[in-house]
Amino acid sequence: MSKTVLQVRGVTKRFGGLVAVKDMAFDVHQHEVMGIIGPNGSGKSTMINMISGTFAPSAGSILLNGRELAGQPAHRIAQLGVARTFQLVRLLPEMSVLDNVIAGAVFGHRRRWGHSAETFARDLLARVGLAHAAGLPVSTLTYIDTKRVELARALACEPEVLLLDEWLAGLNPTELAVGIALIRSLRDEGRTVILVEHVMDAIRSLCDRCVVMASGEKIAEGTPAQALSDPHVIRAYLGEDDA
Amino acid sequence: MSAREVRNLLVSVVLLGLCALLPVYGSAYWLTMGTTMAMFAVLATSWALFSGPTHYISLATAAFFGVGTFVTGLWFQSLPFWALPLIAAVAGAALAALVGLVTLRLSGVYFVIFTLGLAEMVRQVFTWVQNQTGARGMYVLTSLTEREIFWMLLALGTLVYLAGWLIGRSRLGFALRIIGNDETVAKHSGIDTARAKVLLFMVPGAAAAAAGAMLAPRYIYIEPATAFAPLLSFQVVIMALLGGTGRLWGPIAGVIPFTLLWEAITRQAPNQTLLLLGLAFLLIVYVLPGGFVGLWDRARRRWGGR
Amino acid sequence: MFILITGLLLGGTYALIALGLNLQYGVARIMNLANGEMLVAGGFAAFWLYTAGQINPIAALLVIAPLAFAANWLIYQVMLVPLVKRAKSRGALEVDSILATFGMSFAFVGIMSWIFGGGYFNYAFLATPVDLFGSSYAQNRVVAFVLAVLIGGALWLWLSFTRAGLNLRAVSVNPRSAPLVGIDVRAASALAFALGGAVTATGGALVSMFFTLDASVGVLFTMKALIIVIMGGVGDIRGTIVAAVLLGIAETAVARLIDPGLTLAAAYLLFLLVLLFRPQGLFGKAQT
Repeated sequence: MSKTVLQVRGVTKRFGGLVAVKDMAFDVHQHEVMGIIGPNGSGKSTMINMISGTFAPSAGSILLNGRELAGQPAHRIAQLGVARTFQLVRLLPEMSVLDNVIAGAVFGHRRRWGHSAETFARDLLARVGLAHAAGLPVSTLTYIDTKRVELARALACEPEVLLLDEWLAGLNPTELAVGIALIRSLRDEGRTVILVEHVMDAIRSLCDRCVVMASGEKIAEGTPAQALSDPHVIRAYLGEDDA
Repeated sequence: MSAREVRNLLVSVVLLGLCALLPVYGSAYWLTMGTTMAMFAVLATSWALFSGPTHYISLATAAFFGVGTFVTGLWFQSLPFWALPLIAAVAGAALAALVGLVTLRLSGVYFVIFTLGLAEMVRQVFTWVQNQTGARGMYVLTSLTEREIFWMLLALGTLVYLAGWLIGRSRLGFALRIIGNDETVAKHSGIDTARAKVLLFMVPGAAAAAAGAMLAPRYIYIEPATAFAPLLSFQVVIMALLGGTGRLWGPIAGVIPFTLLWEAITRQAPNQTLLLLGLAFLLIVYVLPGGFVGLWDRARRRWGGR
Repeated sequence: MFILITGLLLGGTYALIALGLNLQYGVARIMNLANGEMLVAGGFAAFWLYTAGQINPIAALLVIAPLAFAANWLIYQVMLVPLVKRAKSRGALEVDSILATFGMSFAFVGIMSWIFGGGYFNYAFLATPVDLFGSSYAQNRVVAFVLAVLIGGALWLWLSFTRAGLNLRAVSVNPRSAPLVGIDVRAASALAFALGGAVTATGGALVSMFFTLDASVGVLFTMKALIIVIMGGVGDIRGTIVAAVLLGIAETAVARLIDPGLTLAAAYLLFLLVLLFRPQGLFGKAQT
């Protein structure tokens, strides 16, 4: 088995009296696409937000190549090698498409500046299929293209782990096929990806393994086929009666 | 260097030369106006370096400026004059760093509120210290003439411009633009946003304090109530926003007309200056959100060109 | 003891003023930096009614509060709605409303010093001492405090137990979801802004009974109200009241024990402590 890049142990998050994530534990291996799935409100986004440092876990440890991420500020975590996209796309509205991507390259895990950052960003734009759009303002982009820019920006950090928070959500069927192909090509390049997704087709075709969450807890783990046929998972998605 | 950069450099040098010769061809009146404009150019341009990209409205200018005048007031007899703006700059930067460390981790509202009362608070503390030690105001009597003060300010302004130009091309400047666009993205892209903001906020702190140190001889008599007059902060905000913060030259485009207008109003109807200030704020918000720079850019887009 | 009671009396009026600002910021999301000018306007109105019309400042509240309500409602609808409409984000609205209300603040000061001149205004109303717990206090301060408590209490009851009050609290908690349950956010915001203005002007009338006002003193009160709102937490009535009393006591203590010229510095010290240790407000929950 290949090297473990990210190790999550005993991670819990409480908001006041509400326990959003409880005692989560899982590993992410190098060159692996790992899915985190679960019904709405099951704590997936909270988990992603803790890994990327949006907020700190109440308890537990998150190790990236042996270094503790829990409790570190978001910018430090980004520098250590975690890059992310956002559930609701966040671009830099007053900057060009190219500058949006350069933003990821300059301050991220492997830092670049000037000419090197620019060529790198152009390559990544070409990589996600937006080579022609480099000089455009982001306000002119279609929805899927804004998602592409965001992906390119995250890739520009050259992360050890890439977090995609419902990156495929909101795409129409044609765009979805394009999007899935794009993420598959990332996997083929050997990148390590954590995918939070609702789209089951994407989970099945993209993930090497997945973790299923319900009510803040891990209820199953394994290959998509194993995990999705687990009785706990069926019950979590369909309710008691249908199980 | 590209052809455009060479052209901009040449234009800047020629304009600077014309400004520097003002004491030679201008009357005493225009020299006074020129000094005031140079002062506001320094203050507004350095203000815009920080507040332009971050959208954090700083009202701390008067506090920094006042600290600068006090540096001169306290030490102009014991130290050579050239050292005073330097000391003031360090003091201003330190004060800015303190304010920044406290407030810039938090949202913009906290920052505005904190800087709003800062000058008044520093004034109260200085007054109290003076009362304790029995000191009153200070006379700053030097042999400096108006034209020398003007040249010093012009040199400081040039420095601020150079700093702005360098920052604009640096990673720090780029980081600030990202922060101004979306702070969350900035953090998750690996930018230490609090550090970047504090560092940049030190620039207007240093510049305003240095300007205060240079201008102290012009006021002759310095006391806390006049040195920390909060109005200055608002004038600077107005001028910078009126000109527009999108470009380095923007604030100056606001400084020149506003200084002339202000001068005219204070002479004709001294009681209406506050009303003018208020109307200017409203004008900027409702009619000219991008300032003159915004107008200029829109006009250029409409009439073609780049 | 003297410091505590004087501080409490002062804090009562501060609480009322800050409640006005808190309504405007918490519900309408407008950081109103012209708040202090509304206070001064209320004080000037009380002064004018008392000296020119021999009208008791307490009775004058019945005129001042509705007028201020109407004026603030108009200000919101005419001046601030365009900003709310064009704002792309909460941050953009914040910057715009700060600049716009600064503009209004200066314009009001300009207009008021035009009408009333630049002089100081005070009048003698109930300026006789009363004895409480062995020390004597000015009667007008005590009356102002009692009225502030009554008005603040009525406001709290209204917010807690009426339908309209519930609407305002809902908008304050979540302006995006409020329309989903049939709340007209714009109307609620306008109501909150107008009400906040009326409360502040009332506070101004009370302050004028014992404090000398001039046209440009408003910003000082704005500053204090802002510090109180941040200390107490946005949208938190209980926090606002506690913070106001704390500020009143701290100012009185500093003025009595060290130097009356340091009151704002005292307020700043409190502000600094809050920013450093509890930026979410005294009773606010830790940010998530």
